[in-house]
Amino acid sequence: MGVVGKGFAIVAADTSAVHSIMLHKNNEDKIMLLDSHKLVAASGEPGDRYFEFGGLIRVEYVQKNVSLYKFRNGIPLTTAAAANFTRGELATALRKLSFASVRPSVKTPMAFSVDFLVSVMFMIFSTLIIDQNPYSVNILMAGYDNESGASLYYIDYIATLHKVDKGAFGYGSYFSLSTMDTHYRSDMSVGEAIELVDKCILEIRSRLVVAPPNFVIKIVDKDGARDYAWRQSVQDVTTAAV
Amino acid sequence: MDKSPMEAEATIYLLCGKDNKVYLLKLQKGNTSWDISSFNLGFEPRFIFSARKSSKLCSANPNLPMSIFEYNGSAVVAMVGKNCFAIASDRRLGVQLQTIATDFQRISKIHDRVFIGLSGLATDVQTLYQRLVFRHKLYQLREERDMKPETFASLVSAILYEKRFGPYLCQPVIAGLGEDDKPFICTMDSIGAKELAKDFVVSGTASESLYGACEAMYKPDMEAEELFETISQALLSSVDRDCLSGWGGHVYVVTPTEIKERILKGRMD
Repeated sequence: MGVVGKGFAIVAADTSAVHSIMLHKNNEDKIMLLDSHKLVAASGEPGDRYFEFGGLIRVEYVQKNVSLYKFRNGIPLTTAAAANFTRGELATALRKLSFASVRPSVKTPMAFSVDFLVSVMFMIFSTLIIDQNPYSVNILMAGYDNESGASLYYIDYIATLHKVDKGAFGYGSYFSLSTMDTHYRSDMSVGEAIELVDKCILEIRSRLVVAPPNFVIKIVDKDGARDYAWRQSVQDVTTAAV
Repeated sequence: MDKSPMEAEATIYLLCGKDNKVYLLKLQKGNTSWDISSFNLGFEPRFIFSARKSSKLCSANPNLPMSIFEYNGSAVVAMVGKNCFAIASDRRLGVQLQTIATDFQRISKIHDRVFIGLSGLATDVQTLYQRLVFRHKLYQLREERDMKPETFASLVSAILYEKRFGPYLCQPVIAGLGEDDKPFICTMDSIGAKELAKDFVVSGTASESLYGACEAMYKPDMEAEELFETISQALLSSVDRDCLSGWGGHVYVVTPTEIKERILKGRMD
């Protein structure tokens, strides 16, 4: 979830890496630094660590492209530009190489069998280029620009982009959005915003049946993007009990 | 009738009346003609409505019981007045049952005399809008003038039909002032079938209520202020009956001399 205040934006995310019913680790940082003044919180498949069929965004890909722009042009991208770039990547991937729409047409005398063979080869081949499948990650991008202050962008997994003051993804969003609607004001100070985030975390912990135990909170303001706090109720157990 | 070619499993029922009879027409998937049955009524019926069996769309998200066009929720309407037009939309951006934002922009200005309102899936609304602005800017550079609304409508139709077998899941409403300040409105379905109209056009999840409201409230040759009142009332009363659209309204009234943009506050829910 994310909140914009006066001259800053706060993003909080749970820190559990889950695979169906199993919790891999509960201190995984899902909020990445895009550059010195931008944060990206990505929820969905844990894709940028290992190869998985089903479509994954490489947040690192966006990170590197943002850096590339800075190197090429000498000035960093604005948050709006970075958000639109990310949205463009997601939108392109959304309609690229889906099995239904791509039908290779081969016009030879043995048209039927070659067509079938090509289709089969194509299907095999496309399992090797997983990157082309639609991404299934939801993104909240927070950033600070000197000209326009702090901003928060909500990017859906189907590439819906919207600039928001408060946003949330996942099952927790049902609870946290309502809490934020009640208590949010547009000129909150850092303390008040953290209080609001804590209220949301409390709500999630008490009402969500699969509530994640730990959360990380990061802040971005004119001094840059940085870790703010962790809210841990379960520490990672590193050794088994004997 | 059925605006979405993707809904291949829908059965369409049409109930209409004429000459003391009520006809029930049924169009099933795979059939190319309507099955008609009729009942004799004692009087001349004065209604027409249709129902559509909700269709299941095959998609990656298993929690999608409704159509992909109803994923984000939208309502757009355009009306013609005397040498002016008005185009209005709701402001809700939702993800199925959840509201994400209440200030989503569905109507965009292409140039001073042509506006396009896009309803349907929000991501395609944004992608399509960017493509159209790009094409119009190129046109402006090449032709050194703005596009006429009729031309623009043909452009949108062509762009949508390019994606015939993987369409942009949105339904545009185009409104503009043509030659001699004559207002022009049209809508099309997601693959570019144009529907020109002389009075009003609607699209979105609230389209059925909008048809009713507009039909009741519309009068030909309204001036700009009266047109604004009419379209606002029609929009607000229709979105009140649709849970997926609402949270206020955004109205543009365009005359040859000025563009007036107004935000409406209706039932905020």
